[in-house]
Amino acid sequence: MKNILKYTFAVLAVGFVSCEPEFDSPVTDDGFYSSGTANLSKYVSVGNSLTAGYADGALYITGQENSYPNIMAEQFMFTGGGEFMQPLMNDNIGGLLLGGTQIAENRFVLTVDANGNPGPVRLEGTPTTDISNKLSGSFNNMGVPGAKSFHLVAPGYGNVAGVPTGAANPYFARFASSESATVIGDAAAQNPTFFSLWIGNNDILSYATSGGAGVDQTGNFDPSTYGGNDITDPNVFASVYSQQVDALTASGAKGVLVNIPEVTSIPYFTTVPTNAIPLDAATAAQLNAQFAAYNAQILPGLAAMGVITPEEAALRMINFSAGQNFPIMTDDDLTDLTTILQGAPFSLPPQLAALLGQLRQVKSDDLIVLTASSVLGTTPDPNNPQGVIGVSIPLTDQYVLAVSEQARITAASTAYNATIQALAGAKGLAFVDAKAALARVANGGVVYDGGVLTSQFVTGGAFSLDGVHPTPRGYAYTANLIIQAINDTYDATIPKVHIGNYATITVTNN
Amino acid sequence: MKKVLLLAVFALASAVTYAGGYRVSLQGNKALAMGHTGVAVVNSSESVFFNPAALVYLEDKFSISAGVHGVFSNIAYQDAETGANARTDSPVGTPLYLYASYQATDWLAFGLGVYTPYGSSVEYEDDWAGSHLVNNIDLQAIYIQPTVSFKINDKLSFGGGPIYVTGSVNFNRNLNRTLTDLDGNRANVTIDASGVSSWGWVASTMVNLTDDLHIGATYRSEIILDAEDGTAEFENIPNSPLTPFENTSIKASLPMPAEMTVGMSYDFCESWTFAFDYNRTFWDVYNSLDIDFANEAIPDSKNARNYKNSSIYRFGMQYDATKMFTLRAGYYFDESPVREGYFAPETPRNDSNNFTAGLTVNLGEHLQIDASFLYSHFKEVDASYNYYFENGVAVPFKGTYKTNAFVPGLGLTYKL
Repeated sequence: MKNILKYTFAVLAVGFVSCEPEFDSPVTDDGFYSSGTANLSKYVSVGNSLTAGYADGALYITGQENSYPNIMAEQFMFTGGGEFMQPLMNDNIGGLLLGGTQIAENRFVLTVDANGNPGPVRLEGTPTTDISNKLSGSFNNMGVPGAKSFHLVAPGYGNVAGVPTGAANPYFARFASSESATVIGDAAAQNPTFFSLWIGNNDILSYATSGGAGVDQTGNFDPSTYGGNDITDPNVFASVYSQQVDALTASGAKGVLVNIPEVTSIPYFTTVPTNAIPLDAATAAQLNAQFAAYNAQILPGLAAMGVITPEEAALRMINFSAGQNFPIMTDDDLTDLTTILQGAPFSLPPQLAALLGQLRQVKSDDLIVLTASSVLGTTPDPNNPQGVIGVSIPLTDQYVLAVSEQARITAASTAYNATIQALAGAKGLAFVDAKAALARVANGGVVYDGGVLTSQFVTGGAFSLDGVHPTPRGYAYTANLIIQAINDTYDATIPKVHIGNYATITVTNN
Repeated sequence: MKKVLLLAVFALASAVTYAGGYRVSLQGNKALAMGHTGVAVVNSSESVFFNPAALVYLEDKFSISAGVHGVFSNIAYQDAETGANARTDSPVGTPLYLYASYQATDWLAFGLGVYTPYGSSVEYEDDWAGSHLVNNIDLQAIYIQPTVSFKINDKLSFGGGPIYVTGSVNFNRNLNRTLTDLDGNRANVTIDASGVSSWGWVASTMVNLTDDLHIGATYRSEIILDAEDGTAEFENIPNSPLTPFENTSIKASLPMPAEMTVGMSYDFCESWTFAFDYNRTFWDVYNSLDIDFANEAIPDSKNARNYKNSSIYRFGMQYDATKMFTLRAGYYFDESPVREGYFAPETPRNDSNNFTAGLTVNLGEHLQIDASFLYSHFKEVDASYNYYFENGVAVPFKGTYKTNAFVPGLGLTYKL
């Protein structure tokens, strides 16, 4: 009797442990999902801030955890994916130190001010990530914030000594394998079986975010002579890009290439309206009177003299009216009239001549950058209430991406994208049309389980508080796009994620 | 005997197991072994629960039964669309029961019962895919029932009594799918209410058509536990006026639905008994689980349940094999009260097939050991909960569930 009970309970005890409910086909079983013809065991992602998981104007841990490569790597786990190492920052403050001195700003958070108005504010606190503390080991995520296409092949880009002069990148300095290492070299050295490459955004983006302050270097094949805000020559891009793809595919790896979205898809350029200046009829009339001579005499006169074209004369006309008005701005693509206006027959005083030198009003198809919202309509000189930026003081060129500047960006990015797509086709790699995908977000939005993902600043869900980089939800959307492309190209069935499970902006008061 | 108990304890401690459900039909080892039938069975003080009217027909002057069940319950979840998957790691539930009966006169008996017909203990991994619905829940309700039983004649008796219920609930879930503090820790709330008490009643009758054929009926009233001073504790809330969640008191009510049971038992071939019970549980009282936060800044939490009344069909057999052994076996089919689209992961119950077995060992005149075993088999089911909302938009939580439960039980009966 005792033995019967004893054995019964012994069998039961074993039974319970092994009697967890089993699905007919568990998602965790090998073969439930397939990586198709791709081998995802060693995935390396190469790119810039977008690949690193940069958001809210900074790199920080939770942002990195929600980088699109990390989201993808988690899904790759279902189809033979291996461990995915990222060069994690030291905190969730963002910001960087170099030898104890802060060299990169903290992240933005959404803060409610004393009047109850929410707005992006830099998070207070001292960052703890010092770039002179070198991380050891290699990292699957080779996303380096700030990197342009040609930086990835530049030796010394991770040399901490070059950071203060701008010759090196502080983020890459944290984990470059040596002082002379290249990003692409460190990526290829990991012998990836699969890679993603999304580079080239910064080759136009810094020009765009600086309001076209840089130079379009199309025709200049020597990137070492480029300034930080310049547009990279498309041939230079094509050359370094194909070097990178060659390096990453050298050992037979398959991969995915992602193209460059339009800057007009991101809230950094679409949030501040071009006609942001409200005026009443009296003020408008008063301002028009001040510009009467400029409109009626100086501009037609210069056109007649052949100094400027009639088109430029028309472009430079200033006109205010009751209601919303376009601010005045300095456009360095206009003929500089400062000297001419001081001479006969105008003989204007130097200060006024300088004001009118490259003056025009913002046009509806210009783009005013997000950071202009903190200067437009302000009076920089408290003793001069008449000196209003956008009304009597021109908005400087850095705040406006003029139509002419947009055209240069479009020309360059179109060329880059042609290179990317052609290479994907030639090499049989998966291709993601991020440009089209982001345009969908910007134009009407993308429906998900819980709402509509749009590019509306703060509330749209896709973009973080810097107006340029995605939120975790935006990155999850990106990860799904890339997974779709991989599935299509390599006959794989990698599962996507629910983007509603990924957060958007972070609220917190300092 | 010591070895047996040690092994039983070992089984409880070493098995990695889980739990689900809210009505826990484990009110006696003898009855459970027969498919949890008993409304028309006269054999022990377990009748305090199953049918108080039967107590007066017990042969013993005094009888006491006590026991425990170990509930090893498991829930597996997966969503083939995303690969999300989870397994509960619930603590082993140990519902207890204690019944005593005393034959005062030939026509009158008294009884006392302590039992736990409702309860749930489910623990998912924190922040799992459905964490905005539940991370973990622990619900307990202890029924204390003084009972009187009297017979009109040898054919007809009545019984019943008041029921005092004391209950507690502890429930944790994340506030939504995404809110975190600055460091990415998910914002969550723990609702806690204990010492919540209420009263109900039970009434029953027994009809002995012949010496061998019995019919019984028991009605146990609905009891609603109203928590008036529960607490809500918020964790990982961002420091912002946009997220005004702070610890506050709550009101909530949780119904223990009424249950009607009718059934029969038939003794045949000297040592055999067949029993059939039909349960109807009036779940339609469980419309919505609403949590009313005392702090007005915090929106009340409404969680639609919309349960429907459900039936259970129970069959049991008993065989008096020898003087020492009585063997039992049973089966019941348990209909889920959950409607399509309301399948919430804190009680992911679909219809189940349940198989039971057990035995009683007579150790002399006065002492019995009762053992039972229940295996609950739930079919794999694709289901969703469609009434979770974010910003007014319904966000269904769907996936595939597979649940099972193993419930060994052990009890003692002492009679004079």
